[in-house]
Amino acid sequence: MIVSNLRRFLLPALGAVLLSTALLAACSHAPPPWQLNDVSGHLPDLQFHLTSDTGKPMSAADLRGKYVMMYFGYTHCPDVCPLTLVHLHLVMQQLGTDAAKVRILFVSVDPARDTPQVLHQYVTAFDPRIVGLTGSPQEIAVVAKRYRSAFNIDEKQADGTYTVSHGSIIYIFDRDGHARLLGNSSDIKPEAITHDLKLLIGQDS
Amino acid sequence: MKQLTYSIAFAALCLLLAGAAFAATHGLPITIEHGWVRWLPANLPAAGYATIRNDSDQPVKLTGAESSDYGMAMLHRSMQKNGKDTMAMVGALSIPAHGEVKLAPGGYHLMLMDAKHPIRPGDTVHVSLHFEDGKTLQATWPVRPANASGE
Repeated sequence: MIVSNLRRFLLPALGAVLLSTALLAACSHAPPPWQLNDVSGHLPDLQFHLTSDTGKPMSAADLRGKYVMMYFGYTHCPDVCPLTLVHLHLVMQQLGTDAAKVRILFVSVDPARDTPQVLHQYVTAFDPRIVGLTGSPQEIAVVAKRYRSAFNIDEKQADGTYTVSHGSIIYIFDRDGHARLLGNSSDIKPEAITHDLKLLIGQDS
Repeated sequence: MKQLTYSIAFAALCLLLAGAAFAATHGLPITIEHGWVRWLPANLPAAGYATIRNDSDQPVKLTGAESSDYGMAMLHRSMQKNGKDTMAMVGALSIPAHGEVKLAPGGYHLMLMDAKHPIRPGDTVHVSLHFEDGKTLQATWPVRPANASGE
């Protein structure tokens, strides 16, 4: 009778405990849910004082409640900046109605040429939800330094033109302005950004 | 005698025509496909993309470009260097024998500057690609919107 009970109740119970322990262990070693790099707690909150492409002063406070994707670039950039902005535009399309909760910041590191007017034409050609930001060289340097985004204005050519090297990182901030995720413009697919933003938005709602 | 002169002239003409045909089919065994330009506003520099195929047994070098629609056309390459997105001029680009090179977003591209007249998405622009030995290929490429996601 005792042996029979052991078989009927105790063994399955023990099995269930072992199984749940194994599952818990598996969960604690589960791969992180993010497809981008999780930088929560490792980068400062969104903060800047710049001029938007509408010519008005803008700060991070104006974006509270919005999820933000930020990228540094410049408008005399015909290839890689457009490619990145097209990818971010695709993310907005993939997000559907959630896109209303997201803004894209395109921070110019070439303020000598990037007036609000030029920036406005440039960013709106990609997506109406992109905000172009420019400012004095000092104001821009403060933001770039805050996010450890190096940039370099290259030597002028004989015809006066010049190129600018700029950070290749896409930064993602949550609706409270906390830095959460990073991706590299060259190898992050729009689908990966969409996946992570949906996860971030889902966690908050 | 007159008959002979005609015969020689005819033979010469045949040779000339054969030569012309040879030049057309074998002189430049290169094709340019899927060309397009990403339009940008405010007369900003635009980028041109295409696939260049070389069907010969020898590598062929692209050495430069020009366009009747732009003041300047230059071969450029985007790359990442020390964590930065950067762009540099390229002197020449070798197309391997029986191979192809893609001018595509995020890599090699033609930088098209100083448009000579207003250019809009939906227009077509003319591009000449110069190869070594002074050979040139003409192409007509469509202009697509800034946010076109073509490759």
